[in-house]
Amino acid sequence: MQPIDPSVIQNRIDNLRDRDLYIHLEMTTGAYAAHRDSSKHPAATFISNALIRFSHGSVSGGGPFRVGLKMPHGWVYSEGLTHYEETDSERLIMAGHDREGKLVVALQLSPQPF
Amino acid sequence: MEQRVLVLLPHPDDEAFGLSATLAEHVRNGDPVTYACLTLGEMGRNMGVPPFANRVTLPEIRKAELEESCRAIGIRDLRMLGYHDKTIEFEDQDKLDADIDALLQELRPTTVYTFYPGYSVHPDHDATGAAVVRTIGRLPRNERPVVLCLAFANNLEQGIGQPDVVRDVSANLKQKLASIQAHRSQFQVAEWVSGDVPLEKAMQERFGTERFWTYRFD
Repeated sequence: MQPIDPSVIQNRIDNLRDRDLYIHLEMTTGAYAAHRDSSKHPAATFISNALIRFSHGSVSGGGPFRVGLKMPHGWVYSEGLTHYEETDSERLIMAGHDREGKLVVALQLSPQPF
Repeated sequence: MEQRVLVLLPHPDDEAFGLSATLAEHVRNGDPVTYACLTLGEMGRNMGVPPFANRVTLPEIRKAELEESCRAIGIRDLRMLGYHDKTIEFEDQDKLDADIDALLQELRPTTVYTFYPGYSVHPDHDATGAAVVRTIGRLPRNERPVVLCLAFANNLEQGIGQPDVVRDVSANLKQKLASIQAHRSQFQVAEWVSGDVPLEKAMQERFGTERFWTYRFD
C-alpha cells in the first residue's frame, strides 16, 4: 500500500465509470474498542461484493482523502482514506489507516468479486 | 496417560497469547494436537507496521502466519474451517455444530480448548465457545471431553470467578514467543520491550502463566 496520490486515484476512478463493479465498503473501530476503554463506542460495518455502477466519481481533500461516487439512485461516500494498492491495476483498493497503522476505513472496487 | 487435544478458536493468532505454550507442552508430551481455526481473520484491522497487507491480501498472509505459528508450537494437524471473520454468531448453527461434531467424532479428544462463551470479548470468540459447549453438551455425559476455556472479559471474575487451571509455562516461552512473532501482520513484539528490560524477562512477566476455566455442563 502507498500513500494516496489524488491524481492517480482520480484517474483510476474515471476508468471504472459506467461499469458493473463489486464494492467492499467498510468502517470499523475494532472489536476491542470498548474492552480497552469503556468510554469508546464499538462500531463496525461492512458490505462486501454488492454490485454497483457509478456515472461520476471524484477524490477530494488534502489527506486523509474523501471519495464520492454518484450512482443512478444514490451515492457511495467514504472519508478518511490514506492508502491505496499501487500494484493492482484492475481493481481500486483504498484504505484509511490510523496513526498506529490500524485499518479504520476501506473502499474497494473491482470488476470481479473480492 | 495420553491426552488427545482439540483446539477450536475462530482467528489465526487466538492461539498465540492464550495457550501456545500449553499446546507446546502437549506436543512435548506426545499428545496428538489438532487445531481447528474457524476463519482466516480476514477482517482484522492490523495490516503490519508499516502496512504490508491490505483487505484483499490479508487472508492469505494470515493463513501463512497461522501455519508458521503451528510449526513453532509443533502442531502438525491444522484444519482451516473456511468461515468468514466476524460472522460466526450469524452462521447457520446447524452447519457450525455439524462441523464441530464431525471433528469430535473423528478425533475423540479428551481435552478441548476454546473460548468461554460470554466472557471472551470478541463476538466470534463467544460464538465459537457457545457452539463448542452446545455440541459437546449433546454428547452422553461419559463421552464428553474436558473443556478448558480461555476468557478475558473485564467482568469475568463476577461471572465465572478465578481460573481453576493455572499453568506456569516458563519452559515453553520460546515456542510461545515464536508463535506470537509468526503473526507479524498483527503484533509488533518490539513495542513490548521498553528500554532496559530484556525480551525474555518481559516475556516471563507477561506471558509466563496460562489460565483456563473448566466449563461446567451442569
